[in-house]
Amino acid sequence: MDIFYTLQDYLLHSESIVYIIMGLSLPGILMFWLFLTGRDNEDLK
Amino acid sequence: MSGEQKAESRTLLTPFNLIAGIILIAGLIVTVIRFTKGLSSVTNLSDYNPWGIWIGFDLMVGVALAAGGYVTSAAVYLFGMKKFHSAVRPAILTGFLGYFFVVVALNYDLGQPWRLPYPFIVGWGTTSLLFEVGLCVALYLTVLFLEFSPAALEWLGYSKTRKLAGRLTIVLTIFGVVLSTLHQSSLGALFLIAPSKLHPLWYSPYLPVYFFVSSIVAGLSMVILEGTLSHKFFHHSMDKTYLGEHDPLTLGFGRAAALVLAGYFTIKMVGLAAGNHWDLLTTPYGLWYLVEVIGFVLIPCLLYTVGVRDRNLTLIRFTSVLAVAGIILNRLNVSVIAFNWHLPFSERYVPSFQEVVITVFMVTLIILSFRFIVTRMPIFHEHPDYKDSH
Repeated sequence: MDIFYTLQDYLLHSESIVYIIMGLSLPGILMFWLFLTGRDNEDLK
Repeated sequence: MSGEQKAESRTLLTPFNLIAGIILIAGLIVTVIRFTKGLSSVTNLSDYNPWGIWIGFDLMVGVALAAGGYVTSAAVYLFGMKKFHSAVRPAILTGFLGYFFVVVALNYDLGQPWRLPYPFIVGWGTTSLLFEVGLCVALYLTVLFLEFSPAALEWLGYSKTRKLAGRLTIVLTIFGVVLSTLHQSSLGALFLIAPSKLHPLWYSPYLPVYFFVSSIVAGLSMVILEGTLSHKFFHHSMDKTYLGEHDPLTLGFGRAAALVLAGYFTIKMVGLAAGNHWDLLTTPYGLWYLVEVIGFVLIPCLLYTVGVRDRNLTLIRFTSVLAVAGIILNRLNVSVIAFNWHLPFSERYVPSFQEVVITVFMVTLIILSFRFIVTRMPIFHEHPDYKDSH
């Protein structure tokens, strides 16, 4: 684990990862929804 | 003895009834001991562990799994998904019984249960989260009772009162969603006061959001699971409408559960990153956390997705069991397993046999009440006098 000497370092590190996850999750959830509903027009078996 | 009476006496002696009878007797005995000799005579609770499984399971899990009521009524009456209409009454009934027995179980856990209404009549603790939870649960139980009342009134034949109760549907649904949003999240917020007691992997400033979002998953999955079990055991009391809507409901709720689980997994990862707790994942508690998040969040999400895409209803029904188990595990992790994690094992809480008996007693009472009501009232079928009136 990295050692953080200041609160600034710690927040910069952790918040950066949070923003990366959030940035990826927005298109990710959208694509997941399209994948989930991709076969909706087909009838029930 | 006539043939009919013989048949009746035979049907009462089923394995289910025998087991339920034994549980009821054991539960009543522990109840008498609890209320005559006090909490310490039947529980392993202590000053370190003031909340055991009567809170962790009976209350935390009970409230989460009763979320099907607000999820289904919101889907049908607020989002206009009328094709799921037949699922509203069973879901409301499950929610009502769930909340009712949460309050019953709470009386066991309170040292002085007669003080349960004190927050409303003696002192309004408006700065306390517990006050907010108590007020919301009290109000929501009333809302659920009123939402359930049309079925009981139809059964009793009170047509005028039934008409009045029917007019309140939309207002009650809105109240239900508002109150559920408040107290489902507040149950998670209760643990915000104990950052030093709850393991860092489960403690997060986002706990209220986790509890609320996971309650939606619990509600959706419980409706699928309850529908599957009811289909098996109460098939005879279901009408064509209910049977016709059952498969589309399973598919629709499975799809919604997959999406909410994907969102839940994402915010769990956001919380993990915000706390920078990645290094704890390789510890024993970290592996247990991974079991919960991967085994009971990510895998159910993927299984629901496969089930929905392949129109595999059996897989969706199986996944609902996994998702419900995941919610139970999560609530127990937060309130019992990862709580006071730093204490030596000798100081840790392990539920006593009597505590387990009361928990099983409560679950049995819910099942028996559910069976009593659905075999008498119009829950899985429409009353012939009130067709299309709700």
